[in-house]
Amino acid sequence: MITRRDFLKKSVITAAGVALPLAAFEVLDPKKLMAQEAADTKNGTRWAFVVDTYKCVGCGLCVKACKLENEVPYDTSVTRTWVERYVITKDGKTHADTPKGGRDGFTTSKISLGMSEEAAPKDMMAKPETKPTEKFEDIDPNDITKAFFVPKLCNQCDNPPCVQVCPVGATYQTPDGVVLVDRTWCIGCGYCIMGCPYGVRFFHPVYHTAEKCTFCYHRITKGLKTACVQACPFGARQIGNLKDPNDPVTKIIMTERVSVLKAEYGTKPQVFYIGLDKEVR
Amino acid sequence: MKNHALRPLFVVIGIIVLILLFRIVYVPKDFGIGERGYMYGWHRHSNEQDWKNFKVKYQGKEYCKDCHSDKYDSINKTPHKIIQCENCHGPAIDHPSDPPKLTIDRSRALCLRCHYPLPYPTSGRANIKSIDPDKHNPGMECVTCHNPHNPMEGLR
Ligand code: HEC
Ligand code: HEC
Ligand code: HEC
Ligand code: HEC
Repeated sequence: MITRRDFLKKSVITAAGVALPLAAFEVLDPKKLMAQEAADTKNGTRWAFVVDTYKCVGCGLCVKACKLENEVPYDTSVTRTWVERYVITKDGKTHADTPKGGRDGFTTSKISLGMSEEAAPKDMMAKPETKPTEKFEDIDPNDITKAFFVPKLCNQCDNPPCVQVCPVGATYQTPDGVVLVDRTWCIGCGYCIMGCPYGVRFFHPVYHTAEKCTFCYHRITKGLKTACVQACPFGARQIGNLKDPNDPVTKIIMTERVSVLKAEYGTKPQVFYIGLDKEVR
Repeated sequence: MKNHALRPLFVVIGIIVLILLFRIVYVPKDFGIGERGYMYGWHRHSNEQDWKNFKVKYQGKEYCKDCHSDKYDSINKTPHKIIQCENCHGPAIDHPSDPPKLTIDRSRALCLRCHYPLPYPTSGRANIKSIDPDKHNPGMECVTCHNPHNPMEGLR
C-alpha cells in the first residue's frame, strides 16, 4: 500500500524531474561562454543591405539575375527577391502589385489585381467554364501623387524568428549574419515559412525544402557582390559589411535617414531602406 | 514494488536508449552550436561550406572585356554602360567553354523594361527617356534601328 506521504513525495520528485530540461544536464563552461562572446566581437563581418527606392526604376533585372544565379526555377511564381510597385493616388488610395515578382519588369501602367476569381462550379465534377484571367486596374496619370518601386529580399534579421521555430536545426544564422537553410536536414514542416513576418520564405519546387535568399553566400564570401546588386544598373541595391566603418553601406546607415520594414516585430532586420513610405508593408 | 509494475518502465528506458543510440549514429558529427549560440546557431557546420561551394554564374562585365572588346568599348561610351552585359545576354557561367555562345535577346520587351513610359515622377524611372511602344515603330525589333551597345549612334 502506498501511503499518502509516499504518494506526495513521489509526485513532487516526478514533477521536478519532468520539469528539468535536458539542456540542464550540459555543464556550462564559463571559459567557453567567454570565448563565444570574444568570437562575436572578433569576427569582422556582418553583412547588411541598403535599398534606395528613389533609384529603383522597376526594370526587374535583379529578379531575373537572382533566379538564374540561384537556380530558382525561372517560370514558377516563387522567387527569393521581388520588386513591388506602389502607386498612390489623390484619393489617398494605395495601388500595389508585383506581377511575376517583377521578373520581367513593369511594361504596363495598369496595376495588376491578380487573377480573377472564378465562379465556383455548382457541380464539383464540372470543368470551370472560364479560365482565370489576370485583371488590371487603369490609373489616370493625373491622379498619381507619388509612385515608386520597392525591391524586397530576406532581411537577414539579427533576431530571426524563422530560425527560432525550426524544430530540427535545419535553418541557422552564420557568424557573419546570414540565415541559411540546410537542404539535407530540412524536413519541410513549413514553420519557418509561417514564422517569417516578411514572407520571404517558400518551398523550393525541386528540393521541396524551405528556400530563401542567402545574400548569395557563395558570392559574398568570395569577395563578389550578390547577383542582384551586380545586376542593378542604377545602384539601387548595395551590400556591405556593417563591422567595417569605411564600408559605403555602413556609412549610409550611419549618416543617412534609413528605415527598416516592420521594426515593431523586434526582429532587427538588416536590410535598410532609403525613401520607405508608410504605405509600404 | 511488484515486478509487473516495473516492466513497462524497463521497456520505456529501452526505447529511450535505442533512440539515443540511433541519434549518435544518425546526427552528423559536426552538428552543434555555432558562434550564434543555441537559439540561432544550432546547425550542421559543413552546410556553410556547402553553400559557399555553390556555382557562381554571373561573371560581371570585366569578364567580357578581353574577348568582346568592341562591344565593351562601344557600350562604355554610351549611357548604356551602366547595364551589365549579362543582363541582356544571360549568365556567362563558364562561357566560352560552357556554354560556347550566350543568348541574344532581341525582343522589344527587353528594352521596354526601362524605356516603357511610366508616369512616376517620384522614382528614378522619370529620368529615363521613354517611348510609347504602340507608337514608336510598333512590330519591329528595337535593334533593327538601335544598336544596343550604342543606342543613338548611326540609327540603323
Ligand atoms: C575567353 C573569351 C570570351 C569571353 C571572356 C567571353 N566571350 Fe563571348 N564569345 C566568345 C567566343 C569564342 C564566342 C563564339 C563566337 C562565335 O562562335 O561566333 C562568343 C560568343 C558570344 C555571344 C554570341 C555571339 C553570336 O554571334 O551568337 C555572345 C552574346 C557573347 N559571347 C557574350 C559574351 C558576354 C556577355 C561575355 C561576358 C560575360 C562574354 N561573351 C565573354 C569568347 C568569349
Ligand atoms: C541592353 C541590352 C544589351 C547589353 C547591355 C549588351 N548587349 Fe550585347 N547584344 C544585345 C542585343 C539585343 C544584341 C543583338 C544585336 C543585333 O542583333 O544587332 C547583342 C549582340 C551582342 C553580340 C553578338 C552580335 C554581334 O554583333 O557580334 C555580342 C558578342 C555581344 N552582344 C556582347 C555584349 C557584351 C560583351 C556586352 C557588355 C559589354 C553587351 N553585349 C551588352 C543586347 C545587349
Ligand atoms: C536597364 C535599363 C535599360 C535597358 C534594359 C535598356 N535601356 Fe536604353 N537606356 C537606359 C538608360 C538609363 C539610358 C540613358 C538615359 C536616357 O537618356 O534615357 C538609356 C538610353 C537609351 C537610348 C538613348 C536615348 C538618348 O536620347 O540618348 C536609346 C535609343 C535606348 N536607350 C535604347 C534602348 C534599346 C533599343 C534597348 C534594348 C536593346 C534598351 N535601350 C535597353 C536604360 C536601359
Ligand atoms: C524603325 C526604326 C526604329 C525602331 C524599330 C525603334 N526606334 Fe527608337 N528611335 C528611332 C529613331 C529614328 C529615333 C530618333 C528620333 C526620334 O526621337 O524619334 C529613336 C529614338 C528613340 C529613343 C530616344 C527618344 C528621345 O526622346 O530622345 C528611345 C529611348 C528609343 N528610340 C527607344 C526605342 C525602343 C525601346 C524601341 C523598341 C521598343 C525602339 N526605339 C524601336 C528609330 C527606331
